[in-house]
Amino acid sequence: MAEVIVKVKVNGKAYTRAIEPRMLLSDFLREELELKGTHVGCEHGVCGTCTVLVDGETARSCLVFAAQVDGAEVRTIESLAVNGKMNALQEAFWEKHGLQCGFCTPGMLMSATELLEKNPDPSLEEIREAVSSNLCRCTGYYNIVEAVQTAVAKMKEAQA
Amino acid sequence: MKPASFDYVRPDSLGAALQALSRHRDNGKILAGGQSLVPMMNMRVVRPGVLIDINRVPGLDGIRMDGGELVIGALARHSRLLESELVARHCPLMVEAYPHVAHKPIRNRGTLGGNISHADPASEMPAVLVAAEATIVAKRSTGERRIAAAAFFTGPMQTALEPDELLVEVRIPAAPAGQGWAFEEEANRRGDFAMAAIAATVLMKGGTCQRAALAVAGMGDHAARLPAAEALLQGKALDAATIAAAAAEAARSVDPAGSYHADPQYKRDLVGALVERAVGRAAARAK
Repeated sequence: MAEVIVKVKVNGKAYTRAIEPRMLLSDFLREELELKGTHVGCEHGVCGTCTVLVDGETARSCLVFAAQVDGAEVRTIESLAVNGKMNALQEAFWEKHGLQCGFCTPGMLMSATELLEKNPDPSLEEIREAVSSNLCRCTGYYNIVEAVQTAVAKMKEAQA
Repeated sequence: MKPASFDYVRPDSLGAALQALSRHRDNGKILAGGQSLVPMMNMRVVRPGVLIDINRVPGLDGIRMDGGELVIGALARHSRLLESELVARHCPLMVEAYPHVAHKPIRNRGTLGGNISHADPASEMPAVLVAAEATIVAKRSTGERRIAAAAFFTGPMQTALEPDELLVEVRIPAAPAGQGWAFEEEANRRGDFAMAAIAATVLMKGGTCQRAALAVAGMGDHAARLPAAEALLQGKALDAATIAAAAAEAARSVDPAGSYHADPQYKRDLVGALVERAVGRAAARAK
C-alpha cells in the first residue's frame, strides 16, 4: 500500500512524515512523534482518553487517520504546561484529586480545555456534559467536575 | 485493534470523487467524518481496499435555504448543525435530537451525510429525517437522483444508495407555522444509541391536528413511521385521552427484538411512553 505524506503542526511544532494510510492519529502521536501523553484505551471512540484538539476542536485520535490531519494543527496534553509549569486546569485537577489512576486524565483535560476555551464561565450542567464524553472508572466524576469549577475560579481570579 | 491496510485517495473535486467511487465501486468506501466507519475498520468488521476521503471536496459542507427547503451538504458536521440558526429555525426537531447523538468530540467530526449512510437502526438522525419527510440527493458520475427518506433506509446498515452513488445533500422541508415538534429518547447512558426514540411533529390549525408525523428509532431494521398511531391524532384535538390512545396504538404496532438491556415487552412499553411524552410536548409547542 502506497505511503502518504503528512505535514502537520503538533503543539506548535511542524512535522513531516511518510506513513501508511491506516495509521491512526493516536498511534502517529505516540509512535512517530514520541508524544506518549495521549493515551490509547478502547480504540473505537468510546472511552475518550485519546481525545486531542484538531484545529481547536476535540476529536478522538483513534477515529482519525493521521493522513487526515495533513495541514491541520493538533494540540495534545503535552501542550498544556508552560515552561514545565502546570496550567490552571492541571493545577486544579491535582489540588482537587481529579484523578486516581490517571489513565483518563489526558482526555479529560483536553475535553475540559475545549470547554473553557469556548465558554470561560460554564454552568455545572455544561461541565458535566463536557466530561461525560470521557470514561473515568476511579473518581466517580465528582472530583473532576470540582476540579474544572476550581480551574474556572482560578482563571477568573487571574483575569481580575 | 488496528485497521487492515488500504489505499487512500483524496479527490479535490466532486467530479474526481465520483470517478474514484465509480472506479472502486467493488471495494471502495467513502470517508466523511469517519466516526462510524473508523471504529468498524479498527475492529476489522469492514476492510475497504480503497478509502476515498471526500473532506477536501469543496462545497459539500454547506447549510442553506433553497426555496422552502433547508439544504444540508453531505460534509456538514453535527456540531455545526447543532449550532446553526437556520437549522434551529427551519428544523428545530433536529436541534432537539442532537444532544442525544454521541458526545461533542464525535459530533465535531461526524457528519449528517455519513451518519445516515451508515444507517444504524438505533441512530437518531434517520428518525428525524423520516419524520421531517426529507429527501436525500445522491450523485454518480452519470447523473443524480432524489430518494425520499422513508425509502432511503432499507435495512440494518443498509440504504438505497448504489455502490457508485455518493450522498451529496439532504433536503428538509422547512417546518411550517403552527407545527410543534419533540424528540424523546431512552438510552442506557447519555450519548449511547437509543433503546427507543421517537421523533414527532404535529401541525395544528384551529385546535385540531391537521397532520402528525411519528418516526421511531431503535425498533426493527431501520427508522420508520408509525402510521396507525398518526391516524388516531389526525383531525382531533390533542387532549390527553387522544394522545394516550395513539401511544397505546404505537406500542401495539411495533415489533421489537429483545436486547441484552431490554426485552420486547419493555421496549413496546417504552415506545408508548415516549410517544405520549413527545406528542404532548409537540402539541403544547404548536399552540
